[in-house]
Amino acid sequence: MSPATGRHLLSIEDLDRDGIERILDRAASFAEVSGREIKKLPTLRGRRVLNLFYENSTRTRSSFEIAAKTLSADVTNFSPSGSSVEKGESLKDTVQTLSAYDPAAIVIRHPHAGAAAMVAGWTAAAVVNAGDGKHEHPTQALLDVYTLTRRIGPLDGKRVWIIGDILHSRVARSDILAFTKMGAHVTVCGPPTLIPRGIEALGCDVRYTLDDLREADAVYTLRMQKERMTDSYIPSLREYVATYQVNARRLGPRQVLMHPGPVNRGVELSGEVVDSPQAVITAQVEAGVVVRMAVLYELLAGARTTAPEPGTPGPAPGTTASATRSLSATSSVVG
Amino acid sequence: MSAPRLTSVAAPAADLVVRNAHVLDPNTGIDGFHDVVVRGGEIAEITAPGAAEVPAGAETLDGEGRHLFPAFFDPHVHLRTPGHEHKEHIETGTRAAAAGGYCGVIAMPNTDPVLDSAPLLTALRDAASRDARVPVGFMPAITRGLRGTELTDMAELREQGAVGFTDDGKPVTSAGMLRRAMQYQRLCGGVLALHEEDPTLSGRGVMHEGAISARLGLAGYPSVGESTMVARDAMLALDEEARTHFQHLSAWQSVEALATAKDRGSPVSGEASPHHLLLTDEEVLSLDTRMKMNPPLRTERDRQAIIAGLRDGVIECIATDHAPHAADEKDVPFEEAPMGTTGLETAFAAVYTGLVRPGILPLGLVVERLTAGARLMGLPTPRVEVGAPANLNLIDLEALWHVGEAGYESRSSNCCFAGRRLHGRVLLTVAAGAVAYRERSFAVSAA
Repeated sequence: MSPATGRHLLSIEDLDRDGIERILDRAASFAEVSGREIKKLPTLRGRRVLNLFYENSTRTRSSFEIAAKTLSADVTNFSPSGSSVEKGESLKDTVQTLSAYDPAAIVIRHPHAGAAAMVAGWTAAAVVNAGDGKHEHPTQALLDVYTLTRRIGPLDGKRVWIIGDILHSRVARSDILAFTKMGAHVTVCGPPTLIPRGIEALGCDVRYTLDDLREADAVYTLRMQKERMTDSYIPSLREYVATYQVNARRLGPRQVLMHPGPVNRGVELSGEVVDSPQAVITAQVEAGVVVRMAVLYELLAGARTTAPEPGTPGPAPGTTASATRSLSATSSVVG
Repeated sequence: MSAPRLTSVAAPAADLVVRNAHVLDPNTGIDGFHDVVVRGGEIAEITAPGAAEVPAGAETLDGEGRHLFPAFFDPHVHLRTPGHEHKEHIETGTRAAAAGGYCGVIAMPNTDPVLDSAPLLTALRDAASRDARVPVGFMPAITRGLRGTELTDMAELREQGAVGFTDDGKPVTSAGMLRRAMQYQRLCGGVLALHEEDPTLSGRGVMHEGAISARLGLAGYPSVGESTMVARDAMLALDEEARTHFQHLSAWQSVEALATAKDRGSPVSGEASPHHLLLTDEEVLSLDTRMKMNPPLRTERDRQAIIAGLRDGVIECIATDHAPHAADEKDVPFEEAPMGTTGLETAFAAVYTGLVRPGILPLGLVVERLTAGARLMGLPTPRVEVGAPANLNLIDLEALWHVGEAGYESRSSNCCFAGRRLHGRVLLTVAAGAVAYRERSFAVSAA
């Protein structure tokens, strides 16, 4: 029942700082390909990548699809609507059925935490978590680190504020872990009803107002979902906007503005900051493709072409230390 | 004259002699090496070791190096009959009880249909008289369909053998409704056993609300969702002088509320489950669905408070809340999985290994708390004493075993202790005067 790790990307915790940096370096090398007229690499030719999305997603699914196709993989999209899932098939049965098609990788989004890890236990394919419940969204965190690093350089000592509905956000959880691993200091900020009790244990600070927002090097806002009002997490959108909207008055000229999209203009962000030079929201979308290419490459091809760096002994097979959990070339073999 | 409260299959009365066992019964004060003679299903003699004469036709069992305890009694199990027999049924559930050293269990009414009428109770007692390996008592619902709006026919149910009443799995959310039940209890008797949970606080929670739920992004069920209901209902019980029992306490605040109410004279009692005594929400980090139960595993502070409550008697008994679920029902993402763990086959060994061997709780106290459920339900306590019906078990405290390695007697395998190495193996259980369980490898020597 314990999830296999090493040959999957299930959580940011599967990666150490070196593992993250290796993926980001790989992504940077792929960025060059995106600039070419023929955007295609032969790396995954003849291999199947299955997108298994149990939740609606436009950008994550399309960016995984584009990433896999750019690496010449054959991509199949599977969504539960209109499928056997609607006839009551369990996740396990679905995964075992789809595994019979011998995919090299399954990219899964699911409304429940831990789904990707369970899938990893049921298939021989490499599993990439594209969002599991409110738990994690590791490729989003990687592309966020990539984007921010390209903009402001190494994150050591930098301050990142994540603002909004932390309680229901898998992006926030993966980002807190990823930014912190890269040496940044993370502060989460939002209405007390939407900050989960105990979140400080992840190594972040908690604030309830934007009073000290100017200390942030990067301001990361989350999408505010309208149903949070009906559940009485916030009294009104008006009050939320007044207290937490990042706008030109609150955002300084040297601060970088990030958002996982899609943006509610006029809610968590004012229109003018979305279109300001501080915003890197479009760069995040672009990074999504190259970072997901890098993840697929590391999981499916990295083990074949990358030797461990000299002087750094690979982890011993069968060990469970965090080093072997990292997405390294050697641990791909272990997994 | 009402129907008997406990029912089991008619089994041949045991005739046996256990030689030279360490006999320990905190209720009678016996604590030493003896032979115990069971004749015709009764404890006939307790003699010096080696001194007992073996009656004709009796078997002799070697008790050397083993402990003989009064058999345990579990006031809180789910036998899943009727309606969910794919998870458990009366025979498998009571086999699991016998294998755990129990001589009696009380079955909860959250079945399909809900046990809320006398004809169904009669049918279940008939089924138990055919299938139950150890005596089973039934606790029908407080409210029809567990809906919390109308009382069941409590007096008629008591006539037909109801041990008490519970809406277990759900709280009686309305204080007014519960007060009516407490008032009506004056007519019919029978303990009211309460699952305490304020649904407006537990919400969609699937685990304890705290740092772990924050990390996992799972909806949390805060401790106060339980403790505020314990406090409320303990005050109602005091006001109505209603015998009330709090099931599966999980939060330190609940233990405090129970202690306060008892100090004021409220006729309340409480139970703790082995999993709340031994595990915390750290176990949920792996998203192993065997660690999903209601109430949820909480923090180390809560666990310590439950242990302290059990030690000083605020919590009077250990109850397993044995809650079987089929493998495919549990083999789903954590949020979708049903709540519950099995517990009958591991309760003693888990508590012995986790709390007695490290010196946290004395062995005698644990044995007392494992038998006290009977008294709390208004039933006779199992006792090792001459003239008493034989309700006893024989346990090898040193024997180490892997939970689940040899399978389970239960129909289901969703045990939160699966894979752990535990000390304490039940070799023999005698329940209501009949041999209910004998460990396969336990050799029986002829007289």
